[in-house]
Amino acid sequence: MNQWKNFSKGFIKDNPVFVLLLGLCPTLAVTSSAINGLGMGLATMFVLVCSNMVISLIKNLIPDKVRIPSFIVIIASFVTIVELIMEGFAPALFEALGIFIPLIVVNCIVLGRAEGFASKQSFISSLIDGLGMGLGFAFALTLLGAVREALGNGSIFGYKFIEGDAILVFILSPGAFIVLGYLIALLNRFKKTI
Amino acid sequence: MEYLIIIISAIFVSNIVLAQYLGICPFLGVSGKVSTSVGMSGAVLFVMTIATIVTWLVYQYVLLPFGITFLQTISFILIIASLVQMVEIILKKVSPPLYQALGIYLPLITTNCAIMGVALLTVAKPDFDLLKGVVFAVASALGFGLAMLLFAGIREHLDLMDVPKGMRGVPIALVTAGILALAFMGFTGLV
Amino acid sequence: MAKKESSFLNMVITLFVITGVASLALGGVYNLTKEPIRLAKLAKAEKAIKEVIPGFDSLEIFTVKPANGTDSLIFNCGYKNNKLVGTAVESYSNKGYDPTQIKIMVGFTPDGNINNTAVIQQKETPGLGTKMTSPKFKNQFAGKNPKNFILKVKKDGGDVDAITAATISSRAFCGAIQRAYDAYEKENKQKVQNTEQQTQDVITEEQKEK
Repeated sequence: MNQWKNFSKGFIKDNPVFVLLLGLCPTLAVTSSAINGLGMGLATMFVLVCSNMVISLIKNLIPDKVRIPSFIVIIASFVTIVELIMEGFAPALFEALGIFIPLIVVNCIVLGRAEGFASKQSFISSLIDGLGMGLGFAFALTLLGAVREALGNGSIFGYKFIEGDAILVFILSPGAFIVLGYLIALLNRFKKTI
Repeated sequence: MEYLIIIISAIFVSNIVLAQYLGICPFLGVSGKVSTSVGMSGAVLFVMTIATIVTWLVYQYVLLPFGITFLQTISFILIIASLVQMVEIILKKVSPPLYQALGIYLPLITTNCAIMGVALLTVAKPDFDLLKGVVFAVASALGFGLAMLLFAGIREHLDLMDVPKGMRGVPIALVTAGILALAFMGFTGLV
Repeated sequence: MAKKESSFLNMVITLFVITGVASLALGGVYNLTKEPIRLAKLAKAEKAIKEVIPGFDSLEIFTVKPANGTDSLIFNCGYKNNKLVGTAVESYSNKGYDPTQIKIMVGFTPDGNINNTAVIQQKETPGLGTKMTSPKFKNQFAGKNPKNFILKVKKDGGDVDAITAATISSRAFCGAIQRAYDAYEKENKQKVQNTEQQTQDVITEEQKEK
């Protein structure tokens, strides 16, 4: 049961985007469509799970003072692996996400979970934490992407339900800020009722 | 003329925060007061310029000749992280007043994606030489500072406003940033 | 297992081992993905070439220095039964709205007309600049010869209908085509000169023989 709590906290209670406000740069930048949001979310999740696992395994081998540089190297390696795999097998998505793939490295969620969770907890807990947080992040990005795509392009996951142009501003940068603002406000309201 | 175009487009047209979505974390995090946002912008200007120079040199003279550009991500983040540490140590020794002004913002900068983002953007442009890269980095940092200052000014006023309960804090800040971004879109077509 | 102490030796060894393992792992992954990445890029370029020049059965690929500048453009000459059917020129512009390069493939028929264009890479504003991939914008170039079709948006006194609310992207697109055309023209002139030179050489040789 405890592990279930550990897993599910990332969705609503401690959602990295809506509640902890971490990793907002990719959140705003790549969510001009639902599919891009999902792709970015999954890429981040992969890095998060892998780095959490590795760091929890070797946490006792790393002297405290060089903790952060070691974490950065581990995270950066996994980011590069994601980069290479995406470039080879999903080139279209790789291009759509652009420099935000290498920028996963500076995403505060990944380093934050490594430092705040994986460096203290067991392997299994860290794995579950990475999965939960990663899914929460992917969920938030997909939701934001879906809302922006629906309002701005009249489609969801590329399936068009409005002919012609929609309210374009929502896929431009102002729309990103505004939609995220309203989603967080909605969630605040929702959290109070439960 | 070419430099002027780079400067104007980096500051106004494709502002690093409001149009490129880089450096959002400090943009929302430390923009509560005008004074702190000035300090943060100063630190960003400083680190961004040095980081761009060093990463450009490493990319051109180490990564490219050896054909190991796939190590770009890992080497850039290590360069930036150690650079920030070094700047901190040197500033402490050489210029204590400057260290007092910028010191507390420096550790935050390692995970500021604006620094890494500008470094990546600069090496991705084949027609950029070192000088253009530096101009681009400085202008981007100024754009960051401009957005921070404007936003901090607005947020100081926002504190005094009666905002609906659910919108208080981050949501209203994000909506404000959206409107600011909308205003910046007006610069489109300047270059 | 107890936590390692932060002694100098420990720190150095740890960092050394971690970076060593990391670079080994990355080198391995790089070697594994090298082939798929190359194939993916090739497939993309090939798709663009097929889009811009009519049916060819063999390709000749070479690089050409542009009219002014130091970098080079990639020319893909398509032949059918050893007859030139079109040249696909890869060109780019850095003047787009987004700092990411706009990369396009421009196909020229042997008479110098633009046959078609294809966008290889762009990260312009979604919904505005991205419309450069739409047929409505692209098709206006088809069959035009840049000699009498000015590659500038109408606002700047040219013949190109800009994308609504995306003048910068349209300008960049035109600039990229112009760059491709300039190189194409220069290359053609050189070819003509070369053939003239060759014919002259042949003539002088013939005269010598006489």
